[in-house]
Amino acid sequence: MGVSLTKAAQWTTGGKLEFTSMNETLLREILSFVEELGSRHPQEAEQVLKEPLRWSTTLTASDFKTDYDISDSGVQSHEKDAEGRPLLQLCPPTVNVRSFGQLCKLVHLAADKKLDELRACLEENRDAMVQMFGNGLEKEDNQTDVPRLVKEEEDEVKVKLFHLVQNLDELLIKKLLKEITETVELDCATVNNDVESLKELCRDGEKPALESIRFTSDYEFSNGCRAPLWRQVHGEICYLVVEPCDTETLYITCSNTAVFLNAGIKQEVEESGYERTSDTYKDLLTLLKSRSPHFAEHMNKQKIKAGEFDEMNEKGQEKESYRQREKNVNEKTRKHHVPRKRSAEKKYEPCPRWKNLGLMSPCGKAEEKKPKSSGLEKVQGSGARSRMKAEFSLSSLPGRLSSQKIKTPAGAMELSSESSSESEEEEEQSERRLESNTDLPPEYWQIQKLVKYLKGGDQTATVLTLCAMLDFNLMQETCQLAIRDVGGLEVLINLLDTDEVKCKIGSLKILRKISHNVQIRQAIVDLGGLQSIVKILDSPVKDLKALAAETIASVTRFRRARRTVRQYGGIKKLVSLLHCVPNLASLTAHQQKDVEVARCGALALWSCSKSTKNKEAIRKAGGVPLLGRLLKSPHENMLIPVVGTLQECASEESYRTAIQKEGMIKDLVKNLSSDNEELQMHCANALFKCAADKQTRDLVRNYKGLQPLVSLLAKVNNKQLLAAATGAIWKCSISVENVAEFQKYNVLESLVDLLTDQPEGVLVNVVGALGEFAQIPASKTTIRKCGGIKPLVDLLNGTNQALLVNVTKTVGACATDQDNMAIIDQLDGVRLVWSLLKNPSSDVQSSAAWALCPCIENAKDAGEMVRSLVGGLELIVNLLKSTNKEVLASICAAIAKIAKDKENLAVLTDHGVVPLLAKLTNTTDDMLRRHLAEAVGHCCMWGSNRASFGEAGAVAPLVRYLKSKDHRVHQSTAMALYQLSKDPNNCITMHEKGVVKVEEQEDMPVNHNNRSCICFCLTLKLTKL
Amino acid sequence: MSLFNASSCHGNGVFTSPVEWRSIESHIVCFFFFLIKSEMSSMNRKIIHTLAESISKQVDHFSKTEVECLIREFNLLLGEPVSTGRTVSGLDKERFRSILHNNFGLTDDMIMDLVFRTFDKDNDSFVSVKEWIEGLSIFLRGTLEEKIKYCFQVYDLNGDHYISREEMFHMLKNSLIRQPTEEDPDEGIKDLVEITLKRMDHDHDGRLSFADFEKAVKDENLLLEAFGTCLPDIMSADAFELRVFQEPAEL
Repeated sequence: MGVSLTKAAQWTTGGKLEFTSMNETLLREILSFVEELGSRHPQEAEQVLKEPLRWSTTLTASDFKTDYDISDSGVQSHEKDAEGRPLLQLCPPTVNVRSFGQLCKLVHLAADKKLDELRACLEENRDAMVQMFGNGLEKEDNQTDVPRLVKEEEDEVKVKLFHLVQNLDELLIKKLLKEITETVELDCATVNNDVESLKELCRDGEKPALESIRFTSDYEFSNGCRAPLWRQVHGEICYLVVEPCDTETLYITCSNTAVFLNAGIKQEVEESGYERTSDTYKDLLTLLKSRSPHFAEHMNKQKIKAGEFDEMNEKGQEKESYRQREKNVNEKTRKHHVPRKRSAEKKYEPCPRWKNLGLMSPCGKAEEKKPKSSGLEKVQGSGARSRMKAEFSLSSLPGRLSSQKIKTPAGAMELSSESSSESEEEEEQSERRLESNTDLPPEYWQIQKLVKYLKGGDQTATVLTLCAMLDFNLMQETCQLAIRDVGGLEVLINLLDTDEVKCKIGSLKILRKISHNVQIRQAIVDLGGLQSIVKILDSPVKDLKALAAETIASVTRFRRARRTVRQYGGIKKLVSLLHCVPNLASLTAHQQKDVEVARCGALALWSCSKSTKNKEAIRKAGGVPLLGRLLKSPHENMLIPVVGTLQECASEESYRTAIQKEGMIKDLVKNLSSDNEELQMHCANALFKCAADKQTRDLVRNYKGLQPLVSLLAKVNNKQLLAAATGAIWKCSISVENVAEFQKYNVLESLVDLLTDQPEGVLVNVVGALGEFAQIPASKTTIRKCGGIKPLVDLLNGTNQALLVNVTKTVGACATDQDNMAIIDQLDGVRLVWSLLKNPSSDVQSSAAWALCPCIENAKDAGEMVRSLVGGLELIVNLLKSTNKEVLASICAAIAKIAKDKENLAVLTDHGVVPLLAKLTNTTDDMLRRHLAEAVGHCCMWGSNRASFGEAGAVAPLVRYLKSKDHRVHQSTAMALYQLSKDPNNCITMHEKGVVKVEEQEDMPVNHNNRSCICFCLTLKLTKL
Repeated sequence: MSLFNASSCHGNGVFTSPVEWRSIESHIVCFFFFLIKSEMSSMNRKIIHTLAESISKQVDHFSKTEVECLIREFNLLLGEPVSTGRTVSGLDKERFRSILHNNFGLTDDMIMDLVFRTFDKDNDSFVSVKEWIEGLSIFLRGTLEEKIKYCFQVYDLNGDHYISREEMFHMLKNSLIRQPTEEDPDEGIKDLVEITLKRMDHDHDGRLSFADFEKAVKDENLLLEAFGTCLPDIMSADAFELRVFQEPAEL
């Protein structure tokens, strides 16, 4: 009962047995055992247990009959043990039972409640075995089956009983296991193998991959699983505790479908913690890799070793399979072969390469070969068939052998490295499996054959083979993956390191195409191909240089590749490709080639320039002036990569300056009028990024770039172009002069039209531009007249944060116009803006708060409007707890506006605005100071707020604001101080802090009647004291 | 022999080792050659000049001076002066092959024989100075069209204006490592021939005509030297030009 109770039964956290079917079975079995024990083994049943089993029973004294002494206090059995204690004792509700015989009787008495009694008994005696037989026996038995405690006669019976219980235990588990296997399928071999090999790795030299790995339980069920039976039902196999070298201990659940982290199962038996706390992973290695960078790194190293191992195997396999192909395996053997392969796979599945190359290929090949060589087959006749069968089983043997080999400890290392490479190529694997399920396309076999020729051919054969390969549709994924899967990438990359120009050209022509596939790109980088390609950039052969650059352009679409190019000095080499004379009317053949090389170089740089460090590297290598020169080229195919690179790099300040200094704005503007939309888009994007600078904006205007930008707004179907153009317009309209210029082309009307049915990328820019335009009063009217207010307010319902920032800003700008405000109010815009204060983004929050200020200021009945927003004031006061300065400043500004309404000020005060404002006064940020002082000033006008500010210590910091260099801070501070000084205590504080002195010392050039007036008042008041 | 003695006297001793012997000997030979050459150049300058003039009119890619340089190089390689009067004068196969090997990096003996045959337009087993310059014009400066024509001639083994399956097989037979395990070791090559033929044979007559070849090469330039390297690679060609055409400046 020991094991079955601890490992099979499912316990709740409260120590109860769960009501599951498995527990029910368990209980029933135990019950029948107890019931039968009395009759079958009377002697053993009389054996007195070491400790009584004790539980609270539902039975009462009245339930007991003749054999018992029934008294008021309880029930005692007539039977007593050697020391005279009754074998059964009931003191309601507790019952003590000292023998199985008594237990049997009790159960009998309980009648229909016997299951409940037994359940209670087991629940309250979790260590039943120890209680029954004592610690020594229990432990002893764990090691040997023969207890050595046989000293006395009595003990013999005890041992017998013990064996009986043990038998029951085993029977129970067997039964339950059988039940489990009927419902779930558990594959323990993979997990166990993985763990074994990982243990191997833990012992690996001075730098192990993992600190330790262990099962939570040493007990292994006969099906190989270690999880408690009731968890096995859920498909869980075992639990692991893994200590990685670099992160905290991982508690891992291995189930038959996935591997994941649990909530911390540390020992054999846990009642909780089985729930999943992480994503699921395909296998143990994948999980460990993703959790422990150290482990991943270690595995990658292993992978290299594994590669060699693989190759060996592959060669062997290939030979076999090649012979196989020659023999023309017929349909019969194929059928025979397939199920066998499956069964082998299911069991171990250690290495997908074997599966694909070794076990899979013969049958697939036969299929492919069949139609072609039917003639041949006839010649060979039936005699060949029997021979083939023999050959066949031989060829499939290595695969099976090797998968078995991994079970031995010597093979453990190989396994781990194998499976590491497997999990490394996670998505690729899934791809492959998919393929091997369906029939492989004929291209696969043709390509495999070609790769074989590549491996064994001289220069001429290689070139011919490469040409043949180029004839495949290399943009098709099946071909791309086929090349990789049959080991073609390695060969192609090897060719790059030879001296044969033609081979290199052919190889690059293929790589250039297949590298459009993500997985191929990664594989190229993994195989070190990028280094070889970068090296080729130094070649004197121009065709090669151009191809190499083009391939780089296609490979470097992910970060690691771009980094590799930089690290091997590729950026410098690519930049040097840009040297050419691009703008000659007539070029010699040589010059034309130079231009082509430069174009490819620009393509590669464009692709590389997506990494910030590469942008820097391009600039350092002197790329900017060269790009500037190429920008004068008349050819679109040259201009696109050049402008593409420039616009990509224009995210860097240094580039923006350089672009302006090198006079590229002119060329960019010129190309805005190109016929090519892609080129137009890149130009507009470059201007978008550069026009953050005022001088650039002026240059765009001077070069007459504004009109072409406006005309791009007509290209409503090309959203990317539209986004770029509107972006450029937005940034250009920051200059007032540009706005005036734009207005000549009726931009506002076009922009308002673009407010509906556009992707967010466009909308952000359109709204941003409108926001800039709305800084000018005339524009506000125009926007209204074009019907722009409604779509703007509608956009307030969006979720895109960048868009919301712009929309709120624009709505705020529009709200400064009374008529606009009326419409906004009517559309319930203020409520929408207000609700954006709840947005998680602080940018949106502050932008919304800023927008609220003009709304409140210009609304007709602002006080009533604010009050109508339920919970709005509380929300705004709570935002004073924000840590973002911009948010705080904008909220202060809004509060200052709201507080103008006395009733609202009262609500604000109730929500505790005073202490919150006072808390902020220590800031040194002038922007915040200015609006904070304003808010303080306005909030003084209610009740005892002035005194409260003083008590909260807000006065002294405010006095210090007067030392600020920003006169706007002085203005609002003076106002606030004036208000505060109406409280005498505050005046004292001010005086102490030397407000007068400060004021006298002020010699700011800024006038302020206002200020002097306030000063005057202040002084007056102070002198009054 | 008298010179010999003189030098031995001058050397003030007895030659102790054959090594010294040989080195002395080679110095003397060089000296003689120099005499011959300088004499020749003065004697034949006129002849070369007129020859160059006539050849440069027929060859597109070389200037007159370049032709002169090539004639000089030819003479140097030939080791005897060119005289227009002689009946047979030119590079024989053996010498031509070593030139191809040393100067242009060609390695395959069979292909080199084919190149010789293509250079030797009049089939007299010698490459004359005119054939030499005409050949080099394609070798070094040929346009794609010229090179296509040239390569086709090289590969057309029997001169029937077609490259047949058999001819391809013949040229490619050593291009793949043979798998000793295979029943038919040539299977790979046969397959390669089939693939190539399928790719290049546009009129589907089972052999390559010049039109087939030309179209295939224009589609994919890599196929120019499809059946064996028969043109110098760009590096050795540049090196050759540099050496030969700069020589007059040095002299």
